[in-house]
Amino acid sequence: MEAGALSNPVLRAPRNRLDRIGDPLLRGLSGLAAALAVAVIAGIAYEVFHLAWPAIQHFGIGFITTNDWNPVTERYGAAPFIYGTVVTSGIALLLAAPLSVAISIYLTELAPSRVRRPVATLVDMLAAIPSVILGLWGILVLGPFMHDTIEPALKSALGFLPIFSGDPSAFSYLTAALILTIMATPIITSVTREVFETVPGELKEGSYALGATRWEMVRQVVLPYSRAGIVGATILGLGRAIGEAIAVAQVIGGATGINVSLFHTGSTMAAQIAAQFQGAPGALQKPSLAYLGLILLVFAVIVNVIARLIVQRGALKDTVVTPTEVEAL
Amino acid sequence: MNASGGHALLLDRGNLKRRNRVNRLVEASSTIAALLAVAVLLIVVGSVLSKGIGALSLHFLTTPMGLFGDTSGGISNAIVGTAIIVGIAALMAIPVGLLVAIFTTEFAPDRIAHPVRFVLDLLNGVPTIVTGIFVYGLIVVPQKHQSGFAGSVALAIVMLPIVARTAQEVLALVPGTLKEAAYALGIARWRTLLRVTLPTAAGGLLTGALLSVARVAGETAPLILVCSIFGQGVLTEPSEALASIPVFIFQSSESPSPEAHTQAWAAALILIAFVLVLNVVARVFYARSRKRMGA
Repeated sequence: MEAGALSNPVLRAPRNRLDRIGDPLLRGLSGLAAALAVAVIAGIAYEVFHLAWPAIQHFGIGFITTNDWNPVTERYGAAPFIYGTVVTSGIALLLAAPLSVAISIYLTELAPSRVRRPVATLVDMLAAIPSVILGLWGILVLGPFMHDTIEPALKSALGFLPIFSGDPSAFSYLTAALILTIMATPIITSVTREVFETVPGELKEGSYALGATRWEMVRQVVLPYSRAGIVGATILGLGRAIGEAIAVAQVIGGATGINVSLFHTGSTMAAQIAAQFQGAPGALQKPSLAYLGLILLVFAVIVNVIARLIVQRGALKDTVVTPTEVEAL
Repeated sequence: MNASGGHALLLDRGNLKRRNRVNRLVEASSTIAALLAVAVLLIVVGSVLSKGIGALSLHFLTTPMGLFGDTSGGISNAIVGTAIIVGIAALMAIPVGLLVAIFTTEFAPDRIAHPVRFVLDLLNGVPTIVTGIFVYGLIVVPQKHQSGFAGSVALAIVMLPIVARTAQEVLALVPGTLKEAAYALGIARWRTLLRVTLPTAAGGLLTGALLSVARVAGETAPLILVCSIFGQGVLTEPSEALASIPVFIFQSSESPSPEAHTQAWAAALILIAFVLVLNVVARVFYARSRKRMGA
């Protein structure tokens, strides 16, 4: 709707006095709501920084590299938790990304049309399971299974690797990583599936016409076309994984040190906050946990910004790239 | 060009058998991947169902929790608490989220709408435990005690970007011709919005609201920080800390006692049933609303 047409006095003739205040009122109210959303994110950054300030003053930037968490001596560092976050989220992504691409290939290229929607809905539903329930399942079902079956098998097959050494344990980095895989997969899948669906049919048909098998078509048309989308989706999944507090706190065991073995208990930034914030008697303990929260917030913001930029730029670039890809085929 | 290169399909004819084998392998693994995802869902839901159903009883639903370690009680106080906390959160987040969406789709020029969308994405990406720290500093510290209201504020912050983003998408689907027809009749913007745009989009807006409620009904992390130490019995005053189903599941799951675990499964069954039903209802509304808008 053009503003010019609306400013025509005949068209604007007010039906009653309400119309004269209705528009500015709605504009003002909705603008206020938008300002509130912006204020909330600023408030989060400020408040977390404020709560962390005593610890920031006391430990400085060295907090990040300190491998210690001792409420008795009041010496705190983030290294064990940054390590735990990176390891568990990293493994989760290594598993979830290929899995999600495979599921998306099935949903867009292989599944009969009658099965397609129900399966897609079920995969989406996986994302709807509350994390505390996934954590409960992790403690009582997945954990014992890891301890009795998966970890001994990994150990006997690959035990020469330090990451698969040591005694199997129900609570471990590995169990946490698997729970995060379950959480990240539906998120990554829903984005990659959508991106796969935008691949022009002509490109696919062109590839088939040249004699490509289905996989060759996917590899040479769908995957290159969707590359940016897949990377963006994976990073979005990473955002979900690094921020998960509850389910990880339930299954990772809570050890506050760095351990190379994936069978060992550990903790992540988010899980450590969830596990200790409530009690946290030490004068510097809550500020240190808030400091962890601040680092986590920075991680999350960076990850999300990168993901959005990649997805957005990918969407633009693909439209430009399309003709040359046809030529290349 | 060599046989393994990307665009040498037509020269590849000698390897047809191998190519077909690779193809079948990939097709099989993709199918297995999809089956695996569905299987995990069924296993988790199945575990909750089989382990929770036994402890589910009228007594469990209508009796408040026992003292710490006493597993003879139920979760009536947690059900009431969750309803209050989530209800107040929805009352705060849904109108504000809808207004934000109206602002970005109806009023704001692109150079303002884009940053607002970006902020919503950022807010959506903030770990919920960090939201918990924020509300702890904002409300719990000044009041010197936890409260159901603090929990509601935290959940409202988690809901806001979900409500706003889905509402934006739905409002953008409303056909421009409908609005233009209203404007052509000389109807003011706010009337057009209330009488044309919102009713047309109602199904989709409801979807977003339901999904956001489903999402926060199971949200635990911020509640642990701002609303987890509560008194005995069924409490209904949001100014004091209230019990909630997710926090009950979390605390029971951390307990070593098998009886507490059984109670956690039963509470999980209630929660998962609520969340999944809400999701299914939301999807039905969304499908209907898209059809109505011809999308």
